[in-house]
Amino acid sequence: MPGDMAMMTEVNKVNDNVVEISGLKYRVGNKAIFDRLKISILRGKITAIMGPSGTGKTTLLRIMTGQVLPDRGRVMVEGKNVARLATDELYELRTQMGFLFQNGALFTDSTVYENVAFPLREHTHLPESLIRHIVLMKLQAVGLRGAADMMPTELSGGMARRVALARAIVLDPKIIFYDEPFTGLDPISMGVIVRLIRTLNDSLGLTSIVVSHDVEEVSAVSDHSYLISDGKVVAYGTPEELGRNKSAWVRQFMKGLADGPVPFHYPAPDYASQLLGEEPA
Amino acid sequence: MRQTRTIEISTGLFIILGFASLFFLATQTTNIRAYSDTSGYTVTASFTNVGGLKVRAPVTMAGVDVGRVTEIHLDPRTFSAIVSIQISQRFNQIPDDSSASILTSGLLGEQYIGISPGGSETFLKNRSKIQITQSAIILENLIGQFLFNKASSGSK
Amino acid sequence: MRFLLHEIYYIALDFLQGMGASFLFLLRLLSYTPKALLRWRIVWLQIYSVGAMSLVLIMVSGLFIGMVMALESYHVLVKFAATAALGTGVALSILRELGPVVTALLFAGRAGTALTSEIGLMRATEQLAGMEMMAVNPIRRIVVPRFIAGAVSVPLLTMIFCAVAILGGYYVGVDLMGVDQSAFWSQMRVNVDLVDDVLKSVVIKSIVFGGAISLIAVYEGYYSLPTAEGVSQATTRTVVNSSLAVLALDYLLTALMFHGV
Repeated sequence: MPGDMAMMTEVNKVNDNVVEISGLKYRVGNKAIFDRLKISILRGKITAIMGPSGTGKTTLLRIMTGQVLPDRGRVMVEGKNVARLATDELYELRTQMGFLFQNGALFTDSTVYENVAFPLREHTHLPESLIRHIVLMKLQAVGLRGAADMMPTELSGGMARRVALARAIVLDPKIIFYDEPFTGLDPISMGVIVRLIRTLNDSLGLTSIVVSHDVEEVSAVSDHSYLISDGKVVAYGTPEELGRNKSAWVRQFMKGLADGPVPFHYPAPDYASQLLGEEPA
Repeated sequence: MRQTRTIEISTGLFIILGFASLFFLATQTTNIRAYSDTSGYTVTASFTNVGGLKVRAPVTMAGVDVGRVTEIHLDPRTFSAIVSIQISQRFNQIPDDSSASILTSGLLGEQYIGISPGGSETFLKNRSKIQITQSAIILENLIGQFLFNKASSGSK
Repeated sequence: MRFLLHEIYYIALDFLQGMGASFLFLLRLLSYTPKALLRWRIVWLQIYSVGAMSLVLIMVSGLFIGMVMALESYHVLVKFAATAALGTGVALSILRELGPVVTALLFAGRAGTALTSEIGLMRATEQLAGMEMMAVNPIRRIVVPRFIAGAVSVPLLTMIFCAVAILGGYYVGVDLMGVDQSAFWSQMRVNVDLVDDVLKSVVIKSIVFGGAISLIAVYEGYYSLPTAEGVSQATTRTVVNSSLAVLALDYLLTALMFHGV
């Protein structure tokens, strides 16, 4: 129907995809990490990518940001194929991205202030006074303005991650990637990060992509989630939709069950035979 | 930022120290004087024995550096050594009856040529020849002479 | 026997690959150098941490080596009543060989390892990847300044080493052992050639050594495995490979510049 086509184009324009991945293939050695993966990330939303450890979620983030090149497939970010960009253009694109590493990746030889100021000093010619304003503003946004003169080694894990977040947003990026932001934090710090991801995304108009396997936190913060396993998308939807998903695998993952489609036991020879010495270890 | 200032100053000092060392090495330990002042005129002098005189050895007058030894050849006819000396253009009023002697710096130092002025009204110029020369003192000859004298005085 | 040949084959291949990879890395570093020099503050800071901080080590070592050379030479020369040659002996041995080589080896151990472990740790803690994500080229920002600093510091340190060593030799020879002062210096001046012994030996050798050590140090750090063992192994490789490279280049340069194989 012509009317429907017009409306579809309208919808596409409003909910356009910041990131579009199609036909992604990536192998490490003999193991296929991704097998014709297809993912779209909507603008202005918080999209989570979940899955068991080792499925390559972090690798996916690195492919999206051009740190790793896929074997095949299109990885479109803001309309540009990241895998084909020249270095200059890739760097240009990266100025619009923020990336939060799992351990923060702060520079250990500089203060918190210096760390957050780094992108400004490298990419702009702003005077020191203006840099100071911006840095303090970003630190205020993450609640760490008072820690400006501390060294990264003096910070707790949660605080380090928040400083890294301030640094990631200092150039006002359009997209921000979070690599396992909840891992290893105490409940309070986790709550802080969850709140920050949400408020920053909405107040700054960002598109956020969160890679995590913390089902509870992800459900609290994300608009949509992808569930990835064995290099393919297994499920997609809002947290409620995933909670209602009928697939046994999805249920095992979302509820954190010890045994199910993903077995408890790693493949091994027959137990009795091995104990009695017939099968080698 | 004060710390950066100290760092910058220290680095500057380090670099200056490095170049000062180079300067010290170049000027105090080498024959650098042999490379400066290439303009001048060349005169020759012949010696029966040049001893330890080397090319690029200094040539002085009254202790002042006036030139350099540029070549040392053996004359195939007279079997004496022909020494070419390049004298700096500034010293162009050396009498042409001056004498050249091979001297030793200190007790056991390097050998050099010392020019003692004569009284002539004409001066040395390019291709001139210094007529009066005094060869190097050879230690063995000296000892031989000493022993000979000792022996002859002993028999008196 | 066959196994041994296999081992040698793989070692040779590894060696060739390492040489090739580091040479290509060098070309990359050199291409980034002009722009990196514009940010001279960063380079200056590296010269401080790599060069100025090694100063005490180099000066003390130079002093001792000069003194010991004078002492050893004296005891040999005195047998031939040739102690006037002490200045020459000390100066030539320091300027031609001991100065450039010992300085380079000390530098590889002290500063080379520091460079490798610093860059390696930045790799292991994802600081380099973080920089990439902030659209800052880590080779330009971190590696090149350190390479330049090393290549510049080694010649400076070598010159200081030689000067201090000769002065140390003077102290032992003249003040302690009683060699004639003017003989010490004047004989030295006659026998030490500006071009051959200072320019070629000290300056050119030390520039080549500095470049080689710095290249190996930053290369090993940049490509180290991002683990604790990885960094430690890389640091060890830096010391071993730099030392061997310095000694091999020393022979090569000496043969090329002076004696013709």
